[in-house]
Amino acid sequence: MTQNARTTLFVIIGILAGMLTLAFYSPVLYNTFCKVTGFGGTTQIATKKPSAVLDRTVRVRLDTNVGAGAKLTFKSVDPVMDIRLGEVGMAFFEVSNPTEHPVTAEAGYNVAPHKAGPYFTKLECFCFEERVFEPGETASLPVIFFIDPEMDKDDTLDDVTDITLSYTYYGVEQDAENQTAHLEPATRQN
Amino acid sequence: MSTEPTIKYEAVADDHHGGGTGGPSIWNPARWLCSTNHKDIGLMYLVFAMFAGIIGFTLSGMMRFELMEPGLQYFTGEAGSWGDRHTYNVVTTMHGLIMIFFMVMPALIGGFGNYFVPIMIGAPDMAMPRMNNISFWLMPFSFALAVLSMFVPGHGSAHGFGGGWVLYPPLSSLIGHNGPSMDLLILSLHIAGISSILGAINFIVTILNMRAPGMTIHKMPLFAWALLITAFLLVLALPVLAGALTMLLTDRNFGSKFFDPAGGGDPIMFQHLFWFFGHPEVYIMILPGFGIISHIISTFSKKPVFGYLAMAYAMAAIGFIGFLVWAHHMYTVGMGVDLKAYFVAATMVIAVPTGVKIFSWIATMWGGSIEFKLPMLWAMAFVFLFTVGGVTGVVLANAGIDHVLHDTYYVVAHFHYVLSLGAVFTLFAGWYYWYEKMFGIKYNALFGHLHFWFMFVGTNLIFFPQHFLGLQGMPRRYVDYADGFAQWNYVSSIGYMITIVAMLFFFVGLILSMIARKKAEANPWGEYATTLEWTLSSPPPFHQFNELPVVKNEAGH
Repeated sequence: MTQNARTTLFVIIGILAGMLTLAFYSPVLYNTFCKVTGFGGTTQIATKKPSAVLDRTVRVRLDTNVGAGAKLTFKSVDPVMDIRLGEVGMAFFEVSNPTEHPVTAEAGYNVAPHKAGPYFTKLECFCFEERVFEPGETASLPVIFFIDPEMDKDDTLDDVTDITLSYTYYGVEQDAENQTAHLEPATRQN
Repeated sequence: MSTEPTIKYEAVADDHHGGGTGGPSIWNPARWLCSTNHKDIGLMYLVFAMFAGIIGFTLSGMMRFELMEPGLQYFTGEAGSWGDRHTYNVVTTMHGLIMIFFMVMPALIGGFGNYFVPIMIGAPDMAMPRMNNISFWLMPFSFALAVLSMFVPGHGSAHGFGGGWVLYPPLSSLIGHNGPSMDLLILSLHIAGISSILGAINFIVTILNMRAPGMTIHKMPLFAWALLITAFLLVLALPVLAGALTMLLTDRNFGSKFFDPAGGGDPIMFQHLFWFFGHPEVYIMILPGFGIISHIISTFSKKPVFGYLAMAYAMAAIGFIGFLVWAHHMYTVGMGVDLKAYFVAATMVIAVPTGVKIFSWIATMWGGSIEFKLPMLWAMAFVFLFTVGGVTGVVLANAGIDHVLHDTYYVVAHFHYVLSLGAVFTLFAGWYYWYEKMFGIKYNALFGHLHFWFMFVGTNLIFFPQHFLGLQGMPRRYVDYADGFAQWNYVSSIGYMITIVAMLFFFVGLILSMIARKKAEANPWGEYATTLEWTLSSPPPFHQFNELPVVKNEAGH
């Protein structure tokens, strides 16, 4: 092989390695992209309340689901609420464990329509925290949120009158032998 | 391109095979197992593709026979039947994967690419002949794993993976298929991917560095251009598939949650990764065919190809834009209107360079003294049928319409017009165009024509009615359908039977030509077959261009 051919070879292998790295890095890139843009209904997280409250009202629907593996009942206390842009809202969810075993579960969420994701901002939420529900326990979980008043300036969201916030409780897989797994979550919880 | 090469080829017994001009005996297994000769490897790819093609074609027949009438005929799940409804899904899945990875790609890229690219650019062989060998020999193992996946448990006790060739989770994760079948399939595609990547590296290095003196990149034959662009697409797209498949593998076996929302993953991300590979993949399958068609139309119209540079850069443009449109396969996942608008617009832009190619082929024929030899018939049929597939593609590119037609038979009809009647027609066009050159005997013209006409009628009869079925709302990937769809499904299945006859003519013609052994000419097509392979004997000597051909400078287009 000539020197030129060798150079070409290394350049191609470089491109190949680059694409492979990008592919494996894509979950991180994808998550970052979703958080920044609200793509796919990813909501935003904030620590401060908004400064202004507008007159425009949006109906927020709270949807609850239970995924495979979590034998829980999951309800929103008030499934529909009207809220003004910029107003801080608080919604309560009730989770109970009707079984005779502790259930470890974790909640995921998103927002529909997806384009509202960037403006749906949470101050407090129980999502993506692993939690153990003891047998017979009923927990009341709050979500504190607001809809960013900036949404009013975005023409593409003029048609949005309803936003659905959907939560799903997924069972967190414990070891196959449930008996030994019982003790573990208690120590893992903190 | 009227290049005028001066070539000398002599028998020189200098190679590591120890053979002469003809190489070792074709009955010597070492000639094939240890081959580093691009022509032998090309032939092995063609034989492999033919073998895989028969299996893929049989699988499609199983679908067509089942769908001939409403209700369950053959996939009843009873003893002695072809299997149950899950088996039907396995058949659909494997038909797609086998035809793409083990038939079209090996035939066009590995077969014709390996055989003719080095000759066309005036090179003695590929840049890395031993890597070429492993590229090929990975394929049978990959194929064996894919076939094996049909016979091991897919989900529960049901055999095979039935989640469609796109392998979307959660159907492809443990929830959908908890058996080893999917793991075998992942491994199979990994190996096929490695094989294709090694082949692609070889093509790029060969084409960029081993062109004959005087053959600048702008004088290179269009088939070599096509393979160069295809190879770049492979290098850029396949690692992404490999990444997605590896994530799927770890999700299935090592408890990762890349595509599992319960762990914060996202199944939609798999679709993004898959189609970032999958869309360039469809151009990978058709670009080599574009190259072949350009040569054939020019040869039989007795004119140089119209707009050589535009043809070359149209292919480059198609390849480039092909990476920017992947989400048009995913309009229904719930993406925002703005994003859809972008993907609609970008997708439609591809029609521009594709149009440049179609019109340039027509302009090449325009005013030419056209000879309707067999390869030309396939080529002209290709131009027509590919345009039909392209037009339905523009229809489907519209997100609004796609919401209605997504996963209906309209989509099936569309991509079979560009692949089954597009890529496969270029394959047969190339087959008959280079038959004499590769095998040193003439093809049986009568059976070749019968093959063409039966296949033309048969495949159109299969797929054209599927447009109607799709517009009426018949969904893909179901073993049964509402009675109202019966008529056109019946017609479609009749088309399949005509295509079986066409395939019989193909093989009978092949056998008859082997019996007749009519001696081939070096150049049977006349002075407008200008590329370097026609300056060599038929079949070409085992080692060509011991003295490099020189392309004269004044050669224009």
